[in-house]
Amino acid sequence: MARIRFDSRSELDLVAILCLVPSLLYVLAMFVYPFLYGIYISLQPKKRDAGMFSNYVAFFNDAYQYNTIKTTFMLALPTTIAVVLVALFLAYGMRRGIWFERTITTILVLPISLGVVFLSEGILGFYGHNGWLNQLLLAVGLIQNPLELTHNSIGVTFSLFMQNFPFCFLMLLGYISGIDPSLESSARMLGAGPWTIFRRVMFPLIAPGLIIAFALVFVMSFAVFPSAVMVGQPAGSTRTISIAAYQQAFEQYDMSYASAIAVIMGLCQLAALVVIVLVRRRMTIATTMGVGKR
Amino acid sequence: MRGRMWKLAIYLFLLGFILNLLGIVTHVVVSSFAKRWFGKPLPPAFTTDWFTYAWREFELSHVLFITLFIALAVVFIALAIGFPAAYVLARRNFNAKPVLLLLYFLPLLIPQMTYGIPLATTLYGFGVGGTVLGVILAVLVPMVPLAVFILLPFFEQISLNLEWSAQMLGASRMQIFRRILLPLMLPGILTAGLLVLVNTISNFELAFLLAGGGSQTLVVALYYNVFAGGVRPVYSIDAMAVIYMCTVMAVLLVALRFVRPTQMVFRLDGKRN
Repeated sequence: MARIRFDSRSELDLVAILCLVPSLLYVLAMFVYPFLYGIYISLQPKKRDAGMFSNYVAFFNDAYQYNTIKTTFMLALPTTIAVVLVALFLAYGMRRGIWFERTITTILVLPISLGVVFLSEGILGFYGHNGWLNQLLLAVGLIQNPLELTHNSIGVTFSLFMQNFPFCFLMLLGYISGIDPSLESSARMLGAGPWTIFRRVMFPLIAPGLIIAFALVFVMSFAVFPSAVMVGQPAGSTRTISIAAYQQAFEQYDMSYASAIAVIMGLCQLAALVVIVLVRRRMTIATTMGVGKR
Repeated sequence: MRGRMWKLAIYLFLLGFILNLLGIVTHVVVSSFAKRWFGKPLPPAFTTDWFTYAWREFELSHVLFITLFIALAVVFIALAIGFPAAYVLARRNFNAKPVLLLLYFLPLLIPQMTYGIPLATTLYGFGVGGTVLGVILAVLVPMVPLAVFILLPFFEQISLNLEWSAQMLGASRMQIFRRILLPLMLPGILTAGLLVLVNTISNFELAFLLAGGGSQTLVVALYYNVFAGGVRPVYSIDAMAVIYMCTVMAVLLVALRFVRPTQMVFRLDGKRN
């Protein structure tokens, strides 16, 4: 077999390259090219005489626009932390199986099947001003005035939690139940308590999966669009950056400005990603030692 | 003792989660059967008219067909080009591997809105925007990497020794693939297929940016009708949402019969016992 050697570690032969090519071409043509094209058109503002960066300047000079970054972070970060912590707690507790495991997993996965519009309608109805929750709490006498849980950031956070939790939970459950149980048994044999087992044995093994889950949930939360429109207050407290981009693109038909906002959004994501990768790098060292292979 | 508290906490959380889910789902379902409903615990009268209304007015048979067609096409292509890539990424070491992994990771890590807008501009430029093909091409962008990253750990769990032994015994590449990798990868393929399928049906942003009149998927059609406010009664939108839920749930439940989500990561050690 013809072997293309880049260096002594390289194990790419012709078949391997052929295996990679279709998906690689796809990603290059449908993701990298449009992405670069987006950056290019963002530098071609609608007003011809304005400078190359006038879209970016306009964005950062307009509080109505640049505040969307803060709004988005304030929605995405707490949601992500909550989703990951709860999913970790549940998945860890369920790693060796519990009663009705299959039913429970099915129920936890079900919100995926609801879809964002159904979820929004349900949240608006159930948690809304006249919703069942408020009616119940009023009837019991726990509250005097209905709680305002929708059309604000609480509603959006809630909607995001319901959307992202099942995905995160499934990932972590798969990851955690894939860890060799004998590691845990050995630790217990050697006298480690549950907390020590978690902290010294299991957590380092879970960490890489946890980081990936964190990154994915953060991305999904950061991009929040439909639920911010439907459950939130799209003109005010939940005007996220994707709403700003969408409005420029499909309401103002200014693709150049819209692309600039999209690029800014991407940069914020990448900044978060860099932080996550740095944390991951610190953690994988522990993992490699823990598993003892590779 | 502490173990029992732990279990109790888990069950309490599950109870809360289930009650909340039940509340949300029941509310929409009740609303879809309500004649009129305002401010009361339950609507005064029930009717199934909204379902026939939604089916007729929103052309749901067409929308459902399009949605399933798009979803199946995406699953097939994502698996067909994701499977070999995942294999190579799991088994081989080469210099460009970290770069490649990052490249596959980016469509998942960057919000769909970010690349969706320039992607939509590009695809409309090529004349496929607003068509079924355009939606398939766009939705595939995050789904191919998703398939790759779901399949990757499944490949890693299959011992290389199996492939080596087979090779030792004179099996060809094709035989190794067909007789060893494919059967052992079945849980992985099913899991990836299932997650890609469900994610495609529920994908909103990309389908939304690229959908035209005849290529709206169910979620997109639903979203547009929510904002056709005043024209569409909220009950009919809830009826459509219920139809959406039933469709996806059917797919999900059928798929869950074949895939155990708890065994998403295939354990070869466990099989031996």
